[in-house]
Amino acid sequence: MADAVYGADEQRPVDEHGHDAASHAAHEQMPYLQHHWETPAQQFDAGKLGMWLFLATEILFFAGLFCAYAVLRRNHPEVFLVGQHFLDVKWGAINTVVLILSSFTMALGVWCAQTSRKNGLIVCLILTLAGAFTFMAIKYVEYSHKIHEGIVWGHNFNPQRHNGHGSHASPTAASADPTHVVAGGGAADHAAAAAPSGDAADESAQPPPAPDHSPAPSAAPTAAAATSTAQLALEVSQVGLAPPGPSGLAPAAVLEPAAADHAHGVDPYEAAGRMRDLHLFMSVYFALTGLHGIHVLAGIVAISLVLWQAIKGKYNSDYYTHVDLVGLYWHVVDLVWIFLFPLLYLIH
Amino acid sequence: MAHSSQPMTTVRQPAPGTAPRVGHLVGVPVLLATAVALLILTWLTVAAKSIDLGPLNLYIAMFIAVIKAALVCLFFMHLKYDRPFNSIVFIASVLFLALFLWLAVLDTITYRSEMLPPTAKEFAPNLTRFKQ
Repeated sequence: MADAVYGADEQRPVDEHGHDAASHAAHEQMPYLQHHWETPAQQFDAGKLGMWLFLATEILFFAGLFCAYAVLRRNHPEVFLVGQHFLDVKWGAINTVVLILSSFTMALGVWCAQTSRKNGLIVCLILTLAGAFTFMAIKYVEYSHKIHEGIVWGHNFNPQRHNGHGSHASPTAASADPTHVVAGGGAADHAAAAAPSGDAADESAQPPPAPDHSPAPSAAPTAAAATSTAQLALEVSQVGLAPPGPSGLAPAAVLEPAAADHAHGVDPYEAAGRMRDLHLFMSVYFALTGLHGIHVLAGIVAISLVLWQAIKGKYNSDYYTHVDLVGLYWHVVDLVWIFLFPLLYLIH
Repeated sequence: MAHSSQPMTTVRQPAPGTAPRVGHLVGVPVLLATAVALLILTWLTVAAKSIDLGPLNLYIAMFIAVIKAALVCLFFMHLKYDRPFNSIVFIASVLFLALFLWLAVLDTITYRSEMLPPTAKEFAPNLTRFKQ
């Protein structure tokens, strides 16, 4: 297309690409230099500026979700304090290390490409890909565990502890005898499994009404230990069943930030029975980590394409723009996770 | 892509170790030191969680995250050695992020809702929302 634009009206003697003799000779020496650039430096700088502009839009893309996070956390600090206990710091920390290491191998890969080390570049890209796949594998473990236990967003939020899968040891009755909780909440649990969309009308017919599922305002998380296991199970099973309204909002105030702060053994499953707004945290969690995960998947595709070209020997000290630009993208993926990890897993 | 049809065999392959024609080379020791610093800071931010400093905890976690982000930008992403305009583009996006965050939480942190009904009735008496 560019040939047609340049070729017809040029006064100088030009070739089919619109170059004069000197330019043509220069391009002959540098086959990687596309014909619309004067010099390799111009081509490289333009590509890099374009990538940085794209990365700026990526930052602003995530900015919307970070704003949602900030507003929700400011308005409902207790939801975030308790909700983070659904997450496992261990997996978050491992994923942080995995991303940092894959960022490092990516930067090493750029160095290899810059210095014409073809084999080093291939090894670095493969290691970076391995890091990306490890990250997604751990995310799969986290997501499937949460979806399995009903720790999801919106009105499907209905946490049910399953045996041996509790993310946190807890001193409360709920974890002291988890089999009772599962048995008591079984009706709602099976109904939820059969109909993941959460048919509230169908489920509400299953469990008998709880004797008392609105604790006194002074009740702290530890007070739940005194509650009988069966009653607790019924409370938990009621999470997704009670109609939304003022009566449902009142128990959310039970867990004051200060109380949750000092109780290190917060049991989010038990708290979910009284804190109906807890699903807000999971919505933010899935939105932020989901968008980030999509970026990791896109990174896997981009790195794979660069790896393919690297194996074909396209990149060396003369031309390595693709490696550099994909590297920049991958570092931004790491950058976002650097903020997501403390904001979601390390709330104090 | 006009030249992509040419056979790759015509390309003069530079020997390993050749300095790059364009861009800046960031050496392996610098990259390694950056990675080690990032790992140490990750450990630090996890360790800082167990120390109760009240609201300071959030600021400490964010401070560590900003240092980590700066390390990634400066060395992994070559911004320290790159053309300044790329840094300007990136910093501009971060400034807009800060602006958006500030505007988003402005209502939450400054609005005094207990002042709402009297003033609202005074200045907008016909709003049904404020009628008791």
